[in-house]
Amino acid sequence: MRRYLRLLAIQLRASTLLAMQYRFDFFIDGLLSLFWTVTALMPLLVVFGRGARASIAGWSFGEALMVTGWFTLLQGVIEGVVSPSLTNVVEHVRKGTLDFVLIKPADAQFLVSTARFLPWRVTNLISALAIFGYGFHLLGRWPSPLHVGQALLLALCATATLYSLWIVTVSAAFYVVKVDNLTYLFSAVFDAARWPKEVFRGFLSALFTFVIPLALMTTYPARALLGSLEPSTLALSLGLAALFAVLSRRIWLLSIGKYTSASS
Amino acid sequence: MSLRNTVRSFPTLLRIGVSEAVAYRAELFIWILATTMPLVMMVLWSTVAREAPVGRFNEQGFVVYFLSAFIVRQLTGNWTAWQMNFDVRQGTLAMRLLRPVHPIATYAAEILAAVPLRILVALPVAAIMLVAGGKGLVPRDPAVWGLWAISIAFAWLIAFFINCAIGALSFFLESSLKVMDAYLALWFVFSGYTIPVELFPWGLKRVADLLPFRFALGLPIELMTGAHDRAHALGLVATQALYVLGTAILALGLWSRGTRRFAAYGG
Repeated sequence: MRRYLRLLAIQLRASTLLAMQYRFDFFIDGLLSLFWTVTALMPLLVVFGRGARASIAGWSFGEALMVTGWFTLLQGVIEGVVSPSLTNVVEHVRKGTLDFVLIKPADAQFLVSTARFLPWRVTNLISALAIFGYGFHLLGRWPSPLHVGQALLLALCATATLYSLWIVTVSAAFYVVKVDNLTYLFSAVFDAARWPKEVFRGFLSALFTFVIPLALMTTYPARALLGSLEPSTLALSLGLAALFAVLSRRIWLLSIGKYTSASS
Repeated sequence: MSLRNTVRSFPTLLRIGVSEAVAYRAELFIWILATTMPLVMMVLWSTVAREAPVGRFNEQGFVVYFLSAFIVRQLTGNWTAWQMNFDVRQGTLAMRLLRPVHPIATYAAEILAAVPLRILVALPVAAIMLVAGGKGLVPRDPAVWGLWAISIAFAWLIAFFINCAIGALSFFLESSLKVMDAYLALWFVFSGYTIPVELFPWGLKRVADLLPFRFALGLPIELMTGAHDRAHALGLVATQALYVLGTAILALGLWSRGTRRFAAYGG
């Protein structure tokens, strides 16, 4: 365990050094991420701005901002921690360079998952905090420490689930090889997490709760912050996150067994 | 690289492109799935409109609008900027430059070739749209449909030339993918892809009218959802033509200046 922590520290340091080398990119990326956050808020502003609509599907503007806040934060986690490493796996499989990872004396999943971080995605965290702050300012109250704790726990579950889904997506590369764009599909689907779960009805609602648990990722943490989360939902989220983690590990091990390396 | 060569080879380029699109159909299908955002927006906006209509849109109105957005997106989707960035960075652009055909034409053929398969996907959506929205929500004037066809072609050209212009920036910047990122962020808001432009507050609507984004996607959607009468539509399509011209000049100018700097690294 300690060995893996040390390995993680080394990988983190390497990524940070790489990021420092391209300082100009840091500013550009920071600006772009701010820009994306503002554009992400636009639909919300238009929805609530017109005709002074007080609530949509039971969510007021301030409450809906909590969901947007978690969306921004998790987007930062995906783009800063999860996807930079894992998109490389697809490339490794196609070129056969996964060999170099597999011969190292550490778990392959750990190595490919920590290969690259983008530290400047911290800007998303700052944007998210600003959105939370503004939302609570509108609501005229602040969350209790218990609710913040619940929300953080749920955010951890969300991160674990997101990571698991990514591992499953990437595992597909062992079977179909050319899946660079699966990752685009993933972010397109994740985009729906920007909205409270209640907006979706019928088939989509079930899809986004159980198959691709977007509700778990943004709606539930938002509810926790607002103090309206039922304990059973918390338990469900923990269960789902654990289930996804175990399943994705099994799928990864199964898929990597299919790896046959590539010529030259 | 004469114009005659380019015109003569274009049908062949298209045929190759179509075969490639069919060969990599799984990949194309995933790309199409990745552009389902209008469907999510459709659900969202119709939930909003369930209580009271927003602007001219009731629940059904939004369904028709966003299904149209999906169709127009399939027909006008473009990824030349990425391809050009790749070609410049990897040096594969050298291959395109060697052929006796203008490289911009080869890029255009690749994008156009994907359109038939995309139409196959868009047609059922159009059928659903007619059933869901009823005939009342689509225009009946054949002249408007004629203008719609022209505006689709123009929208395709604007998207293509903007892609070429941003792609050609990679000659100067090493990689212009960040510029494309910024373009996309604006495009999402101002093109009518996620919000009908007419719903913006007045000031923002003025901004959207002046930017090219609406003409690269939103206008055909507006035409097929009956937002404009014949005369108004004609004026808008004429404005769109100016944008085609402007973006074409920009793209070809950047391209010809850029290729002089091209060093063909990689190998």
